[in-house]
Amino acid sequence: MTGARETGPDRWLIRGVTVAGHGGRAAATADILLSGGSIVAVEPGLNHSGARVLDADGLIALPGLVDLHTHLREPGREDAETVETGTAAAALGGYTAVHAMANTDPVADTAGVVEQVWRLGRAAGHCDVQPVGAVTAGLAGLRLAELGTMADSVARVRVFSDDGRCVADPLLMRRALEYVKAFDGVIAQHAQEPRLTEGAQLNEGEMSASLGLAGWPAVAEEAIIARDCLLAAHVGSALHICHVSTAGSAEIIRWAKSKGWPVTAEVTPHHLLLTDELASGYDPVFKVNPPLRTAADVAELRRALADGTIDCVATDHAPHPVEAKETEWSEAAFGMTGLETALRVVQEAMVDTGLLDWAGVADRMSIRPARIGRLAGHGSPIEAGVPANLTLYDPASPPAAVVPAGASKSRNTPFAGLELPGRVVATFLRGTPTVLDGKLA
Amino acid sequence: MKRHLISAADLSRADALLILDTAEELAQLADRPIKKLPTLRGRTVVNLFYEDSTRTRISFEAAAKRLSADVINFSAKGSSVGKGESLKDTALTLEAMGADAVVIRHPASGAAHRLAGWVKGSVLNAGDGTHEHPTQALLDAFTIRRRLMGGPRRGPQGGRGGLGGTVSPQNRGGLGGASPRANTALDGLRVTIVGDVLHSRVARSNVLLLSTLGAEVTLAAPPTLLPLAVSSWPCAVSYDLDSELPKSDVVMMLRVQQERMNAAYFPSVREYSRRYGLDAARMARLPDHAIVMHPGPMNRGVEIAAEVADSSRSTIVEQVANGVTTRMAVLYLLLGGTEFPAVTQ
Repeated sequence: MTGARETGPDRWLIRGVTVAGHGGRAAATADILLSGGSIVAVEPGLNHSGARVLDADGLIALPGLVDLHTHLREPGREDAETVETGTAAAALGGYTAVHAMANTDPVADTAGVVEQVWRLGRAAGHCDVQPVGAVTAGLAGLRLAELGTMADSVARVRVFSDDGRCVADPLLMRRALEYVKAFDGVIAQHAQEPRLTEGAQLNEGEMSASLGLAGWPAVAEEAIIARDCLLAAHVGSALHICHVSTAGSAEIIRWAKSKGWPVTAEVTPHHLLLTDELASGYDPVFKVNPPLRTAADVAELRRALADGTIDCVATDHAPHPVEAKETEWSEAAFGMTGLETALRVVQEAMVDTGLLDWAGVADRMSIRPARIGRLAGHGSPIEAGVPANLTLYDPASPPAAVVPAGASKSRNTPFAGLELPGRVVATFLRGTPTVLDGKLA
Repeated sequence: MKRHLISAADLSRADALLILDTAEELAQLADRPIKKLPTLRGRTVVNLFYEDSTRTRISFEAAAKRLSADVINFSAKGSSVGKGESLKDTALTLEAMGADAVVIRHPASGAAHRLAGWVKGSVLNAGDGTHEHPTQALLDAFTIRRRLMGGPRRGPQGGRGGLGGTVSPQNRGGLGGASPRANTALDGLRVTIVGDVLHSRVARSNVLLLSTLGAEVTLAAPPTLLPLAVSSWPCAVSYDLDSELPKSDVVMMLRVQQERMNAAYFPSVREYSRRYGLDAARMARLPDHAIVMHPGPMNRGVEIAAEVADSSRSTIVEQVANGVTTRMAVLYLLLGGTEFPAVTQ
């Protein structure tokens, strides 16, 4: 434990940084002065008397990243991750806030559990932890959890999800969507038709056919997304789609948005870069839910993220202990870690390909996810007067192979050994560095 | 030739022919009073079986013993995490015991592949989930070659041209057919594989191996029992068994697993049998020389009628005998010492 950090008297002057433009403004080089937990000035040639100086020449300043989809595993699976280690990994990845998914043990389906997670996050201090509440009691899909009580708790829950499982019952989904309107909540759906995916192991296609693994068809995701978009339109409630993985899903969401329906969506870094062909060696480090898809899906997901059909990147950081992956494919756990590599993957998949500029990255990894999560104090464009949540990133850092050993307790990264560009240099949470020179501060 | 035999795709055409020719040589042994060779003396072969499969285990055991290897049978049911030792820990145990080869049968697709990453010895896949069963494909190819490409009138190229009217009697009813000349492949032979391709490791391995050997493979099955992406496989697909039979040199029937019968893959066993079962009337549509194969165990009256299974076209008993010979060849070539080509003569 690093203990709680208070917003110290420290003043920081970040000198010569490139501030990602927003609202049509071009990126510009400036100094950023942080004081009292806020950004007090953003302009060239600031006076630095009394402030600690961080020479940021060549670095890009992004508003602190916000993850809508993180599995911190505590309470219950502290062997895989804890709030302390998971949020340390988040800070190293440039995040200042993460949404902690509800599929813990016990499930985060009561005010007691969400408040516990929220407090653990405060104590760890690496980034803000915003608990997500379960939609149904025990994730069982049978009756609603006490959504209003979680919303009214200290944790102020606004995002509800049974992630890991689909809210498959259409009537229950309709009621959940309607009910959370009372406190401006949003239902984040894990779109997976259960009957179509019984025993499913891998994207249904050429790879699953030749490997003899039960297929996870794209239609099982798309059918639920289509249904839920229609439900959201019918009751006028906010729907968020977790980890969109297929070209068809993007097309349905594009259509729903064209109608003006209140639908948002996320894509994971791994679905922006990896394909199901990686399963050919049966290494379960590539086993994830929804599964890795085809190159055509990857191309379409990138396009949808670039044009805003998909609102944001969310990691679905899913740590697992070694023994859950060093096994037969069908016995292995679904999921991969992602917090420490997300920004580098996005540079590789979106920026270096010319699909997104850094303003776009700020929008898809900070501004929009904070808005979808109804998270105050995060996701503000970098300007005077906003909370000093900042990520400093070096995009010109030479490509280096990803090493599995990081702050996360788990090592199940699918990117191990892959050369990725860029490096997170520093992260500031309300004016206090949580990461400096790529290390925990 | 690779160090392991995990998929039929691991075998080049030359590798496959070498195995078949080696098996032919070893088959001579079966007629001798003493059936044992000293080739693998001092080598240890472990049969690691996570599924009940007495026939496959005995076949591998007999093959290893006829080559004088030490055989350890390791039956390890209940493979899942939490129920027992992990596959990796078992692998490390076998490694410590000095296994030169591990023959693995496992309910999970890819288990043999995983095992190969954890042991130094050779891994032979004896069936992994719904993935592959390469030695079954080899023994099937061996059986087909003996029945249809053997005998004095068959040239090394064999093939369709010669099949029509020149099939000699010993190639039809005779036990085991006759030894073909070395280096004979299956070019131009038409093989129809019938039934639950989706869940069949036998079908996957046979499609790969038989097409490598030049055969034209057609899968005949209801659409529900074919992989969606089957069009990427090196074979043709038909939903109509009856139209395939008159042009088939070989019909290979797959077992219908009990657990498929109530899972909406087909309306009823009776309807399946009516549309895709091989009965006497259907068998009569086959060309005179055509053979009927089944990897066993059979569901008599479901995918194959008793009179077909017991007919002179049926190679089912031969397949079992040929299994031992073919597995001897694989063990001999994988463990017999040096690289694969060095043992060719």
